[in-house]
Amino acid sequence: MTPVMVVFGLLGVVVILTALGMLLSRNAIYSALFLVLNFATVAVLYIILGAPFISLVQITVYAGSIMVMFLFVIMLLGAERLPGSDRLRRQRWIAAILGLVFVAQVILFIFFRGQLTAPVGTPPATLGSPQAVGTTLFTTYALPFEVTGAILVVATVGAILLTRGAALPYSPIRKEEK
Amino acid sequence: MTAMDWLVILPVLVLSGWALTVLLVDLWIPAKYKFITPLLTVLGLVVTLGLSLSKFGNPQSAFNGMVVVDGFAIFLDFIFLVSGLGAVALAYRYLRRMGIERCEYYSLLMFSISGMMLMTYANDLIMVFLALELLSIPLYVLAGFVRMEVRSEEAALKYFLLGAFSSGFVLYGIGLIFGATSHTELPAVAAAVGKSSANLPMFIVGAALLLVGFGFKQAAVPFHMWSPDVYQGAPSSVTAFMSIGAKAAGFAALMRVFVAAFPSLSADMSWVLWALSALTMIAGNVIAIAQTNIKRLLAYSSIAQTGYLLMAFVPYGNNQVLGDTVAAMLFYLLAYMLTTLGAWAVIIAVEKNGGEGLELKDYAGLGRRHPLLGAAMTIFMVSLIGVPPTLGFWGKFYLFRTALEGGFVWLALIGLLTSLVSAYYYLRVVVIMYMQAGEPETADDLWLRLVALTCAAAVVLLAFMPGSVLSLAVRAVLQIL
Amino acid sequence: MEVSLWIEWVIKSLFIILLLTGGFAYTTLYERRVLARMQVRIGPNRAGPFGLLQPVADGIKLIFKEELIPEKADKLIFILAPVITVIPALIITAVVPWGESVWVFGREIKLYLADLDVGVLYLMAVTSISVYGITLAGWSSNNKYATLGGLRATAQMISYELAMGFAMLGPVLMAGSMRMIDIVNAQRSMWFILPQAIAFLIYLATSLAEINRAPFDMPEAEQELTAGYHTEYSGMKFALFFMAEYIKMIAISMIGSSLFLGGYHWPLPAHWLGGFAGPINLFGKTVIWMFFIIWVRATLPRIRYDKLMQLGWKVLFPLALLNVAVTAAVIVLVGG
Repeated sequence: MTPVMVVFGLLGVVVILTALGMLLSRNAIYSALFLVLNFATVAVLYIILGAPFISLVQITVYAGSIMVMFLFVIMLLGAERLPGSDRLRRQRWIAAILGLVFVAQVILFIFFRGQLTAPVGTPPATLGSPQAVGTTLFTTYALPFEVTGAILVVATVGAILLTRGAALPYSPIRKEEK
Repeated sequence: MTAMDWLVILPVLVLSGWALTVLLVDLWIPAKYKFITPLLTVLGLVVTLGLSLSKFGNPQSAFNGMVVVDGFAIFLDFIFLVSGLGAVALAYRYLRRMGIERCEYYSLLMFSISGMMLMTYANDLIMVFLALELLSIPLYVLAGFVRMEVRSEEAALKYFLLGAFSSGFVLYGIGLIFGATSHTELPAVAAAVGKSSANLPMFIVGAALLLVGFGFKQAAVPFHMWSPDVYQGAPSSVTAFMSIGAKAAGFAALMRVFVAAFPSLSADMSWVLWALSALTMIAGNVIAIAQTNIKRLLAYSSIAQTGYLLMAFVPYGNNQVLGDTVAAMLFYLLAYMLTTLGAWAVIIAVEKNGGEGLELKDYAGLGRRHPLLGAAMTIFMVSLIGVPPTLGFWGKFYLFRTALEGGFVWLALIGLLTSLVSAYYYLRVVVIMYMQAGEPETADDLWLRLVALTCAAAVVLLAFMPGSVLSLAVRAVLQIL
Repeated sequence: MEVSLWIEWVIKSLFIILLLTGGFAYTTLYERRVLARMQVRIGPNRAGPFGLLQPVADGIKLIFKEELIPEKADKLIFILAPVITVIPALIITAVVPWGESVWVFGREIKLYLADLDVGVLYLMAVTSISVYGITLAGWSSNNKYATLGGLRATAQMISYELAMGFAMLGPVLMAGSMRMIDIVNAQRSMWFILPQAIAFLIYLATSLAEINRAPFDMPEAEQELTAGYHTEYSGMKFALFFMAEYIKMIAISMIGSSLFLGGYHWPLPAHWLGGFAGPINLFGKTVIWMFFIIWVRATLPRIRYDKLMQLGWKVLFPLALLNVAVTAAVIVLVGG
């Protein structure tokens, strides 16, 4: 057990607990905050793995931008309190049991089948540097990079289409301005 | 990465670039000349089709093997592009009739087709995932295209949430597979697994999760829950496209990933696929009997078709029959595309504004009032059952034959029996059209009639030369890289 | 890892935190005096010579104030929010280099705390999470003014973060590195304010919006929102918000000086005075930058909220994007 492994184990526990907290919390704001904590912890895991670039991007994009938007929307809608879902109560038990079965299955599977992964060589230390990430992104993974761009364009167009759509016949804000 | 790499995937580049261009150009087209946008779309699709077909017989790979453009991909591209052309023809007057004419429809359609084409090219798990997203996101939006309709919004939301959920499965699966093998290129994954003595546990879990994710996209039972509601709520022209494109893309992904990367799992996975296929055939056909809404009826019908198509994958580890089954699947997809496109053309012709005209009883008297449309609908229904002389018959014939060759007699039997069950609800449509009295109004839309009649003619005429169509499919399969 | 290195890090971290908190106290005085001069007043001059003990008096007053927690507030988050606000402000300057190195007790001390190869990204990451405290403070108070202030802060900070990130990319591209030390050293011959004038102006504007200073202080617009997100806060909790705001002011001045004004180089050569000339240079630039911020507050009126969002998304963001594209193209063409 090296110190790094101990830290890794502790962080792993935090990651799982925050994920559970996010799922089980009855308050949407707390759920979102648990998720932020989860993202931040995962970011620390990335640092341990020698990928500071990915780690900080994780914090900037997920913890810093996306989750802030989530919080924003939750607060704006006043949707903090989740309604008790009575209709799905029966299903919840089934889901819990099936989920546990799945987890148990995977754990048994992984621990009793011996070799977990194919042998992996140690990656070079510079693998996670911004230069290395940039070079790979624009050479080996140029096509996925471009496709990601296309996906973002489509998502933007779609979001604008669904939310703004056709000009509404009557808009109080416009009228006031005139 | 060189310019050559980009040339290999030129069809997708052209199509996605054209999608952006149309999106921008439409802003400057005055309202009176809006018919230009669908025209431009058709132009783009046709050019892409030409570019894509020109690569037939000349399999290439690019980006260090990240994408492969082979016969299999091009055959499926043909299906996507033709169904895209169909979706434009179906939509042109329909959108105006429903008061939802917006150019983004065409642009999103082209983006979605780009994603589907990339899916067929994908030879790397990362590409598989990105292509899946690129084809899905436009469909989520298109499903909610009728913003004023609660049902359309519901469809979009359901599709989006469950689609995102299934993307999660795919992503987790890819993560585990990468963790187990430290590769995402499909051949390299297979090679890495091949080196170790047994299948790696993480790899197996990952493969199972991928199967779940693809099952969602294909609407295989038990991952089909979303599809009836989405098919019903989405605008009909979108449903038509979605039921062909998204499904075929799901099968393309399944085919690429399982055959290229998971051959070592075939002994276990075959039975999982067997169960999925049998369940899907039974559940889809049985639930369809109870439907009174034509869109839901076809939704369950399309779930059932997924079951038949899955049959082709059951013996995927058996290299002797693999070529035949994949060719049979391509053939079936072609038949399914022509039939479904035509059937939706008839449905759109009968549909009225505000979700009216979608019940089975609205079809009463259609056969006498509009003999051509009625005859076309009859042909489609007969083809979906799988009765000669239609393309659907040959599709099922080839599929069942390959299942028998692979040694899966029971599966073929289930397929046969469920086809008999399906005859009940398909023929009910025909009975209502001809036997019950009614004076249904249909939309005065030349394009719909053109699509319906072309598809009907193709379904019947191609049925007289199934051998040549199948040999094309076989040729396509032989070129798989 | 040798123990002395750990001790060195701890001492440096404590030094930075103490300097920032002390700096906060005197920045308040600095701001009040400068504002007073600009408004033809004198400002606080009673406590100590030139009012130098005024911050101490303020601090004592705040400590002895009653801490109020609204009954309907979400207590846990209400208490945590000020802490969450202060922490990013305290840690953001960790990657900013102060100088080259100095010799203390026969030991060479590097004048920076962390030498990350993704330093600029670290700045962006910390900036992006600094929104939480304010948003949560607004929400947990269960007060409509506070909630509105929190929401405005979120919207504003997200909108301006992007443009600020792209403005920071200008110097990164010029230096060819995300390491702060490389960026500062690349400005030995020419400050980046000259080739990156547009990026500099965008940074100037967006950084003001990031820290909610005038003329972008919508989240705490008194006329509309009482005191915005910290309406319900009092005593030390209020002081923490106050502290975060002023420390952020110091931080963006330091960062801006390092990115655009040559950091610890110039006017004194950085190795003079046994290496202490570097910190002096940086200190001088920071003070001037802060003077500018206060000057802006004293002279410019607050921008209306929708105009502010429009400025962010429709002017600054595209401009920053264009600047990055042009810079990148020029660097590739010239071969920088």
